[in-house]
Amino acid sequence: MQRIGVFVCHCGTNIAGTVDVKAVAEAMKYENGVVFSTDYQYMCSEAGQNIIKDAIKEHKLTGIVVCSCSPRMHEATFRKAAQSVGLNPYMVEIANIREQCSWIHKDMATGTEKAIILARTAVAKVHLNAPLTSGETPVVKRALVIGGGIAGIQTALDIADAGFPVDIVEKLPTIGGKMSQIDKTFPTLDCAACILTPKMVDAAQNENIKIYSYSEVSGVKGFVGNFEVTIKRKARFVDETKCTGCGLCTEKCPQKRVPNEFNLGMDQRRAIYIPFAQAVPKIATIDADYCTMLKTGKCGVCSKVCTAGAIDYTQKDEFITEKYGAIVVATGFNPIKLDKYDEYAYSQSKDVITSLEFERLTNAAGPTAGKLLRPSDGKHPHKIVFVQCVGSRDTRECGKSYCSKICCMYTAKHAMLTREKYPDTEVYVFYIDVRTPGKNFDEFYRRAVEEYGVHYIKGMVGKVIPEGDKLIVRASDLISNEQLTIDADLVVLAAAIEPDKTARPLATMLTASMDTNDFFTEAHPKLRPVESPTAGIFLSGACQGPKDIPETVAQASAAAAKVIGLLVKDKMKNNACVAHSDENMCNGCSNCAKVCAYNAISYVDKEFRMPDRTTRVRRVAVVNDAVCQGCGACTVTCPSGAMDLKGFSNKQIMAEVDAICK
Amino acid sequence: MSFSNNLKENVIRSAGVDPKKCMKCGKCTATCPNGNEMEYKPHQFVYMVEKGDIEPLMNTDSIYKCLSCFACVERCPRGVEPAKFIEAVRVAKIRKQGENHLKADMIPDLLDEDLPQQAIVTAFRKYSK
Repeated sequence: MQRIGVFVCHCGTNIAGTVDVKAVAEAMKYENGVVFSTDYQYMCSEAGQNIIKDAIKEHKLTGIVVCSCSPRMHEATFRKAAQSVGLNPYMVEIANIREQCSWIHKDMATGTEKAIILARTAVAKVHLNAPLTSGETPVVKRALVIGGGIAGIQTALDIADAGFPVDIVEKLPTIGGKMSQIDKTFPTLDCAACILTPKMVDAAQNENIKIYSYSEVSGVKGFVGNFEVTIKRKARFVDETKCTGCGLCTEKCPQKRVPNEFNLGMDQRRAIYIPFAQAVPKIATIDADYCTMLKTGKCGVCSKVCTAGAIDYTQKDEFITEKYGAIVVATGFNPIKLDKYDEYAYSQSKDVITSLEFERLTNAAGPTAGKLLRPSDGKHPHKIVFVQCVGSRDTRECGKSYCSKICCMYTAKHAMLTREKYPDTEVYVFYIDVRTPGKNFDEFYRRAVEEYGVHYIKGMVGKVIPEGDKLIVRASDLISNEQLTIDADLVVLAAAIEPDKTARPLATMLTASMDTNDFFTEAHPKLRPVESPTAGIFLSGACQGPKDIPETVAQASAAAAKVIGLLVKDKMKNNACVAHSDENMCNGCSNCAKVCAYNAISYVDKEFRMPDRTTRVRRVAVVNDAVCQGCGACTVTCPSGAMDLKGFSNKQIMAEVDAICK
Repeated sequence: MSFSNNLKENVIRSAGVDPKKCMKCGKCTATCPNGNEMEYKPHQFVYMVEKGDIEPLMNTDSIYKCLSCFACVERCPRGVEPAKFIEAVRVAKIRKQGENHLKADMIPDLLDEDLPQQAIVTAFRKYSK
């Protein structure tokens, strides 16, 4: 027989305002097994906890019920208090009389009646509670960062700095991400490559960092502290250990007409290529879709010119498996496709470009060597129209309902730099709202208007009509209340940004949650912004929401701090409330193993003594306590009732139901 | 409830769209092929209906200048559909006048073979009760 104590919390007026707490404490005195019952203003306070501790000692309590807020709030507090005076923490039950009672009722009589029922229910459960101990599993002291953009690089550098090994998996042949394609960064206008490439080199040279370029995550197993990840290393047909990055092959390859994705298809590269001069790792990659040798078996020029003998046409995709304690998602973003926005003539005219294409056109390493020239005829444009919110804040199917956040600032940057470099240009920016919160951001935008004479016009562009070598832009000026027609030479569209397409399948592998826009959701939007609700998964950069570079770097370091906090632990406490199988009842049907989402159930052949003194070997289920998350799917699936959840056994739950129905 | 409030509610109800969804981007006016001919432009219809400022809209010939081409409806990024407000104001005006300006028996004289059927439907919308 248990000796149970009941402690009713007022929570100031939060509970006491709608529940007669004294009546609840009084009613509990008459419950079976209850030897002590009291109430107090704030049970979670030091004084409140002392009441509990003293009562446990004085009345030799074997179990307690705390009638208070949600167990998510203070269950850990009360368990710790009980443990400090020698009571097993799993002998503590919480009756949630705040969120599930006082906050949703207005009437004192109803609230009190319900609180008594909830308290009685918890008492009934405690009668069947048994002391539980949680096991421990070692933490694998290695982290995985998925995505090698500025977010992934920063996270990896910070984790490596703390002394833990980190692997970066990048799907492209080089790390660097979107930032490597950008020309200048706002609001200081320093050159993106100048601040990014040293970090790329740091990552490559750091002995704690291993870069898997041209690779993808293809499978994830395990749980926080003990993930097992399969990485697909795509065949690049070049031996990474031999290639010196001299680039001779990329000059001699006869297949010259491959659209260069690094310059967004605005020029061409060879079938064997190094994306850009500062690529890390600087290793050539053969594009199997265009390589004549791989397609027809005739060519082999690259292997002939390669003095290092690095070309290997027989290379196959390779799968490696590695163990990690923590995983950081840094999959980044892409501009949306504009093929559904016919009104801007993006697919009709080469001179209607996206802002990222504009970056390449102004970048010294870009297709025009940094000269702003029209893609159609290579002429210098004089009238340039920038259109903001293309696809952002657009509730139609083709658009995104959110604000992409970075466009106002990069458009101001583009407009300003254009006016500075080419004072003979006229630059128009059509905007709905200019949003420039951030350190020195609004000053930056005002400089574009005041010092550089960029024409900011409140209104949208309705249509772009290619006519001869001009682009007729029809727009509205809402402040002067008129329609405008501008004969522009170049139109630049600030396309909305969206999460990378690889994020969705990755989230499924990681069982990490996403919102409807495919951005990863954080564990708490304010207080846990860099963690996924799935334990051991962390978020870095634009995969969590639109972000500029300073914010991305800040979040990347924050994610690294969280990872380090996890990796410094030698062991992780397991959940004590795990499933276990009664081997005398288990018939070995495998149904539990099939529903288990965590691969926690396996089977063993075990010898059993029969009533007639013979022995028989039977196949029975065994739960791995370290892997089991206590979800209970197996217990409801088990046809023979052998599977049960510790701390939430079928008997305990039925006792609770009985207590409610009493 | 004042008359103009009542009128506002009627116009919004007959338009079947919500002017509060407008974020004042002006893409409707930018798109409108006849915008410069209109005293009140499509984006003003949305804003003035939202304010309940409907009398001036009923008394402007802008309601007849709208071609009902629905380009603004197509392009509006927020699903506000400005043309529906213009039409709602037009209908309110015609109902108030209490007269049909286009009767079915007038149609045969107006027909010519280049006239799209859509134009007849639109004309009925504009000029009949």
